[in-house]
Amino acid sequence: MHDTPDIADRRDAVCVIGAGASGLATIKNLREHGFAVDCYERETSVGGAWNWRHDRSPVYANTHLISSRPLTEFPDFPMPDNWPDYPHHSQLLSYLERYAKHFGLGEHIWFGTEVVSAVPVGDGRWDVTTRSTGGGSSRVQRYAAVIAANGHNWSPAKPDIPGDFKGQVIHSAQYKDPAQLRNRKVLVIGGGNTGCDIAVEAAQQATTVWHSTRRGYWYAPKYIAGRPADQVNDRLLKWRLPLKMRQWIYRRTLALTTGDLSRYGLPAPDHRPYESHPIVNSQLPYYLGHGRIKPVPDVTRFAGGRVELADGRGIDPDLVITATGYAPRFEFLGPELIGTEGDGRPDLHLHAFARKHPTLAVVGLLQPDAGLLPLAHWQSVAVARWLQLRREDPVRAAAVQQKESARPVSSWSRRQVVDTRRHWFEVDHIAYLKSVGELLHEMEPAT
Amino acid sequence: MTDLLRFDDWTSPVPPVEREVLSRLVEGEDGQPPLLFVPGPGLGAWAFAEHWLAHAAGRGFPAHALTPRADGGLRAHVHDVVQTAASLPRQAVLIGHGAGALVVSRALGRYPARAAVLVAPVMDRWATLGAALKANPFGTLRSRPRLNRKQLFSDGVDAEAYLARMAFSRRLTVPKETPRPVGRPPVLVVGSPDDRVVPRKSLDRVATHYGGAPLLFPGMAHALMLDTGWPEPIDAILDWLTKELSAGS
Ligand SMILES: Cc1cc2nc3c(=O)[nH]c(=O)nc-3n(C[C@H](O)[C@H](O)[C@H](O)COP(=O)(O)OP(=O)(O)OC[C@H]3O[C@@H](n4cnc5c(N)ncnc54)[C@H](O)[C@@H]3O)c2cc1C
Ligand SMILES: NC(=O)c1ccc[n+]([C@@H]2O[C@H](COP(=O)([O-])OP(=O)(O)OC[C@H]3O[C@@H](n4cnc5c(N)ncnc54)[C@H](OP(=O)(O)O)[C@@H]3O)[C@@H](O)[C@H]2O)c1
Repeated sequence: MHDTPDIADRRDAVCVIGAGASGLATIKNLREHGFAVDCYERETSVGGAWNWRHDRSPVYANTHLISSRPLTEFPDFPMPDNWPDYPHHSQLLSYLERYAKHFGLGEHIWFGTEVVSAVPVGDGRWDVTTRSTGGGSSRVQRYAAVIAANGHNWSPAKPDIPGDFKGQVIHSAQYKDPAQLRNRKVLVIGGGNTGCDIAVEAAQQATTVWHSTRRGYWYAPKYIAGRPADQVNDRLLKWRLPLKMRQWIYRRTLALTTGDLSRYGLPAPDHRPYESHPIVNSQLPYYLGHGRIKPVPDVTRFAGGRVELADGRGIDPDLVITATGYAPRFEFLGPELIGTEGDGRPDLHLHAFARKHPTLAVVGLLQPDAGLLPLAHWQSVAVARWLQLRREDPVRAAAVQQKESARPVSSWSRRQVVDTRRHWFEVDHIAYLKSVGELLHEMEPAT
Repeated sequence: MTDLLRFDDWTSPVPPVEREVLSRLVEGEDGQPPLLFVPGPGLGAWAFAEHWLAHAAGRGFPAHALTPRADGGLRAHVHDVVQTAASLPRQAVLIGHGAGALVVSRALGRYPARAAVLVAPVMDRWATLGAALKANPFGTLRSRPRLNRKQLFSDGVDAEAYLARMAFSRRLTVPKETPRPVGRPPVLVVGSPDDRVVPRKSLDRVATHYGGAPLLFPGMAHALMLDTGWPEPIDAILDWLTKELSAGS
C-alpha cells in the first residue's frame, strides 16, 4: 500500500481502542513507558461496562462485584480500604473515573469516536479509521501499534429457541431495574452470574420465578467463615495445594455452606469443581429453599403463551430473560489478524498478543476466576514492555517473538473447563499472572 | 514474580484505620502535583505542619502530611501511604523522612509516584543502628527506642516541646531488598552530614541505589523539617522538583 496525502501520520504513537478499565490501564502503562497514545472511545465517558449510563453497559441497578475488593483493584491504585468487600457498580465507576483523573489520562482520550477499521500497512504500522459517533466524516491516521481494549461483555449472545412466544423476551443486557420484574411471571434462562443475580432479584419482585439451566453447577457462597470466598480460595493457592486436593476441599466446603441443591430439583454438576467459571451467589440457595425460585431444565421451544422444557413440562411466563452471556466482537479487525476461527473465537498468545502481528494486541480478553483489573494491568505492562523492547533492542525482540508467538494455549494453561463459549478465555488468575511474569522477565532490559 | 502475585493482600488485607492527614491546599486546580509527606512512626503529621506544609503550599504545591498508624508494622505503614496517595486527585510526590523514607521506598514499589524524596532516610539497618548506639546507647537498646534531643535537633530548637509530642514505637524491620520504583519516578536523597541518626555513608549508599548523589545540608540535625534552618532543605527540594517536572513533561 502506498501513502495517500489525507492519512495523518502519528509516527511512534500507539492507538488504544476503548476507555473501559482495560483501556485506561493500557493508556497509563504505555505513557509510563514513554509512548504517545491516542485512545478512541465511542461513548462519551470512561468506565466501559461499569458505566451504567452507556447503552451497552451490561450492569443492572443492583450489581455488586463478585470478586472481592483486594482481588479486583489495580495493583498500583488500590480502592479505598473503607469500601465494602463487594463494592456496588457505581463505586467501580467512580474508582475508574478517579484513576483516569489521577493519572491525567483524559487528555489522551477522544470520546464519541469509534474505531471502524485497523489495517496493517507493512513494517508493523497500522492505518486506523475512526468515525465520530454523532455522525460525520471518518478519518484515517497511521499508528505504530494498535491495542484493542474493546471489552467482551457487551454484545449479547442470544439463544436460538424455535417457535413463537406471545410474551416478552429480552436479553439480560436489557435488564436494568427490578421494576421490570414486578408482579410478573418471569423465566430466567442461563446459570451464569447474571442469570443467578436476576433470578434472585426476581424472587423478591416477581409473582413466579423459573430458573432454567442446561447443566448443574457449583454454587459458591460469597463468604466462607466470615471471609470473602475468593480470599479463602487464594489461601489454598498460596499454599500450593494440588488441584485434586483443592477440588476435595471445595466439595467439602460447599457441602458445609451451600449444601446439596439437588433436593430442590437442580441437577448435580456434570463437571468437577474449578471446571466452570465460578458462580458466586449466597442468595440463590436461600430463595430455592423458600420456594421463590423454581429450577427448571433447558428450554426446548416456544409455543404461543407456553414455554416447553426438556423434561416435557410446559410453563407459562409472561417475561423471558435470556441471561446467556456475551460474544466477543472485533468488527474493526480482519478475522485473520487475530486468528479468529469460524465461530468467532480469536487465537492470541496469552489471549493478548496477535501471533503474526507483533504490533497488535488485545487487553482484557479474559475470564479469570478473580477480578479482571489486575490481570488487565499486567497484560498492558507486558504490551508496553514488548513495544519498548521492539523499539530499543529489535534483535532481542525478534528472539522473544520467535520463542513466544507459536506457543499454544496449552503450553501455559492446563485448565480443564466445560467446552462452551463462556470458557473461551477462562484462566486461573495465578497461573496466568505467572505466565505474564515470565514474559516480563524475559523482556527485562539488559543492565 | 512477587510483584504480580500478592497473596498477602489477597488473603489477609491490611485492616483499615482512620488516618490523620493534615493538608495545606492551594487555590485553583491544575498547578503542581500534590506532595505527601510521610514521617517515621515516632513523629506525626504535625512535624510537617510546623513549617514545611505551609511553605510548600506557598510555592504552589498542595501539601499533605500523614500520621503513621499507632503500632503498625512496615506493611501497614506502606498500605497507609499508598491509600493516602491514591486518594489525592492527582499523581502525588512522596516525601519520606527518617523511617518514613523507608516506608516511602517500599511504597514506591507499589504506587507510581510522580517523584520521590527521601529525607534523612533510615534505610540502612546496621549503619543507622551503629550511629544510634554511639549517640544514645540507652535509648537505642530499648524495645521501643527513644531518640534524644541531641540526635534530633540542633541548638536553638525548642526540643522539649517537640520531644513531648513524640510517640515511641517499635523499630521497623528493614527488609533486605529495596523494590524498584514502579513508573520510574525521579528520586532525590536529602540529608545532613551532621545527622547523628543517619551517617553520611548511609546517605551515599541510598542515593547510589537510586542512581544519584545526596543533597547535603551541613550543620543540620536529623529532624530537618523542625530545625532552625528548615527553609533551606524544603526550598532545595521544591527547586529540584520544579526542574524534574518540567523535564518530564
Ligand atoms: C454484570 C457483570 C458483572 C461483572 N462483575 C465483575 C466483577 O465482579 N469483577 C470483575 O473483575 N469483573 C466483572 N465483570 C467483568 C467486567 O467486564 C470487567 O470488570 C471490566 O469492565 C472489563 O473492562 P474492559 O475495559 O476490558 O471492557 P469494557 O468495560 O467493556 O470497555 C470496553 C470499552 O471499549 C469501547 N469500545 C468498544 N469497541 C469500540 C470501538 N470500536 N471504538 C471505540 N470504542 C470502543 C466501549 O465503548 C467500552 O467503553 C462483570 C461483567 C458483567 C457483565
Ligand atoms: N455480580 C457480578 O459481579 C456479576 C454478575 C453477572 C455477571 N458477571 C460476570 O460477567 C460475565 C458474563 O456473565 P453472564 O452470566 O452474563 O454470562 P456467562 O457467564 O456466559 O453465562 C451464560 C449462561 O447461559 C448459559 N447458556 C449460554 N448459551 C445458552 C443457550 N443457547 N441455551 C441455554 N443456556 C445457555 C450458559 O450455560 P453453559 O454453562 O452450559 O455454557 C451459562 O449458564 C462473567 O464473567 C461473569 O462472572 C459478574
